[in-house]
Amino acid sequence: MAKQPAAVVGVGQTHHRAKREDVSMAGLCREAIDRALLDANMTLDEIDAIVVGKAPDLFEGVMMPELFLAEALGAAGKPLLRVHTAGSVGGSTAIVASSLVQAGVHRKVLTVAYEKQSESNAMWALSVPLPFNMPVHAGAGGYFAPHVRSYIRRSEAPTHVGAIVAAKDRQNALKNPYAHLRNPDTTVESVLASQMLWDPIRYDETCPSSDGACALVIVSEDVAAASPNPAWIHGTVMRSEATTAAERDQVNPQASRDAAAALWKQAGITNPIEEIDAAEIYVPFSWFEPMWLESLGFAEENGGGWRLTESGATAMDGQLPVNCSGGVLSSNPIGASGMLRFGEAALQVRGAAGEHQVDGARRALGHAYGGGSQFFAMWVVGSEKPSN
Amino acid sequence: MRDVAVVGFAQRQMAQFDGSPTCVELLVPLFGECYEQTGWTRRDIGFWCSGSSDYLAGRSFSFVQAVDAIGVIPPVNESHVEMDLAWAMYEAWLKIQTGEVDTALVYAFGKASAGVLRRTLALQLDPYTMTPLWPDTVSLAGLQARAGIDAGAWDERAMAEVANRSLTDAEKNEYAIRKGGSSVDDLLSRPMYADPLRKHDCAPVTDGAAAIVLAAGDKAREVRERPAWITGLAHNVDPISMGTRDLTRAPSAARAASGVDLDGVEVAELHAPFSHQELVLRRELGLADDVRINPSGGALTGNPMFSGGGIRVGEAASRIWSGEASKAVAHATSGPALQQNLLCVLEGRI
Repeated sequence: MAKQPAAVVGVGQTHHRAKREDVSMAGLCREAIDRALLDANMTLDEIDAIVVGKAPDLFEGVMMPELFLAEALGAAGKPLLRVHTAGSVGGSTAIVASSLVQAGVHRKVLTVAYEKQSESNAMWALSVPLPFNMPVHAGAGGYFAPHVRSYIRRSEAPTHVGAIVAAKDRQNALKNPYAHLRNPDTTVESVLASQMLWDPIRYDETCPSSDGACALVIVSEDVAAASPNPAWIHGTVMRSEATTAAERDQVNPQASRDAAAALWKQAGITNPIEEIDAAEIYVPFSWFEPMWLESLGFAEENGGGWRLTESGATAMDGQLPVNCSGGVLSSNPIGASGMLRFGEAALQVRGAAGEHQVDGARRALGHAYGGGSQFFAMWVVGSEKPSN
Repeated sequence: MRDVAVVGFAQRQMAQFDGSPTCVELLVPLFGECYEQTGWTRRDIGFWCSGSSDYLAGRSFSFVQAVDAIGVIPPVNESHVEMDLAWAMYEAWLKIQTGEVDTALVYAFGKASAGVLRRTLALQLDPYTMTPLWPDTVSLAGLQARAGIDAGAWDERAMAEVANRSLTDAEKNEYAIRKGGSSVDDLLSRPMYADPLRKHDCAPVTDGAAAIVLAAGDKAREVRERPAWITGLAHNVDPISMGTRDLTRAPSAARAASGVDLDGVEVAELHAPFSHQELVLRRELGLADDVRINPSGGALTGNPMFSGGGIRVGEAASRIWSGEASKAVAHATSGPALQQNLLCVLEGRI
């Protein structure tokens, strides 16, 4: 049997904050779930199966929290899956949920991804010493800074390009009522004046640490017929490679390039920059925008990315608006960040992105990555039913 | 639905890994066995999915280095669940059903002996109301066993019969870490461990890993004369709360059973880490008295965390391959007191 068409008909997210002390983990998830169900005009009773995603359990201090959350998430008496693929998990979780529909197993699937970072300490959770492993103890920024330096050197990028990304995403976030950071005064100059944390990454070029959740309702073709604006899934892809290997290119990993090539092929896209109307790309540190633009094939390698960003093409009114929601740079509930990218892409093609809507967006990219730039999850959604 | 079969299986179970092997050292030999059984190389595998737990490993992202065992240059189509191998297999089965891939290798690993397992598993409970009391898994299972005895659903003798049969069968299983049957009376004369549970009523703390290979249609027929076709696959979950559940029942197991056809099952490999849980499952699945239960010895004789459920699938598949059975069911569980349950029906013919 061929792959069954599937569409997103409900998107929900929480108000992302550093500490959501007003809700428990279950309450946080339900805030997103209830919004997604309302958007889909559905109740929990109608849902066939639930897929939960989040990053490491040590982030909240609960082993396999989906077990204690099962009842609050409405999963009791239903199939429940829990995905964990590092930072890409929000995207991978949405893909697993899609596959439940595409495989013809279920017709109405709810998926939720969350992180309540304030319950624990992510730095601690990431710094447990391991036998025979070099300790990093520098957080993600310390890990990725050398990759960014390498990109700047290779592509001869001017050093202010990262600040352009940060200022753009923080300004975009002002148009997203759910965004965590709301800094109306952020400009390229103010970013460049902020504290250097991990050279060349400055304080204002890093993502925040957020509590938040995102939920999607993904349904089969017959169910989607009742929706005024389904976001059809045109392609999904996951690729993984090793953390360390001498031949790895961490700046432009092969897993990323392979994933993009497979995704565009599935979605019938031959010229991504012409055919994609909006992109939600996982950019936890500003420089990853130009880096991923190149890796995804939106621009030439070794410089096309930063030129695109510098030209303003990735701004809300540019040729390829990137992260109109404010992106990971403005809200980062780690386990949910990938699903937020996937969900925001769906909102764009549904014409439901509110103030940060790209006019007439018909096809959008959702992208997530994780680990040491080694796990990738992506999807393309469209306003039209896929022809392939 | 596409026809998908289990065509490869490799396992290790041990009381304690010698030294401190990395997951790569553990998994490479298992993958080697799977390649030998199938005649494939890693490039013949369309999708990979693993199951493991960060809390068992005592670190975040414990699955990340496991992909090194695959040899992920060039990159692979891969995923991970924070669940038992059986659910990793479910995700791979879905992937094959979408038509994107025809083959998958799923694997899981865990070194339970690195900590105090019964304490570690207390971290699975409600963090706001239960974990602060540190009720450990064995004690919770003891409460469940007691509830069943009080309700007249089973007695200590029935539990000992399960243990004695399991330990006897395990004598023929080279991977079992506890084996050697005696008599029900002998078992009943042994001391209590967590009243009413004796040590032999509880699965031993086990280190281990396992891998399963899935293939669709002709791919499966190329590998084996008699592939173990998956003719039913369903899972379900109950609320965790011990206070609101009837502990003598497992409604999620019954719900999973209603999603598959158990008629004519000859062999059942049930993932029951405590003897009385086998009795609960037999009732929920409605298994006839002549169904052969756990010929491998089951979880009471070896229960590596995160592969213990998937190993039941592998054991059941092995009996289909050999022609010993024409229809078998494998079961996997997760969470305290049989909270989450999966059933996989395997048949020699479709």
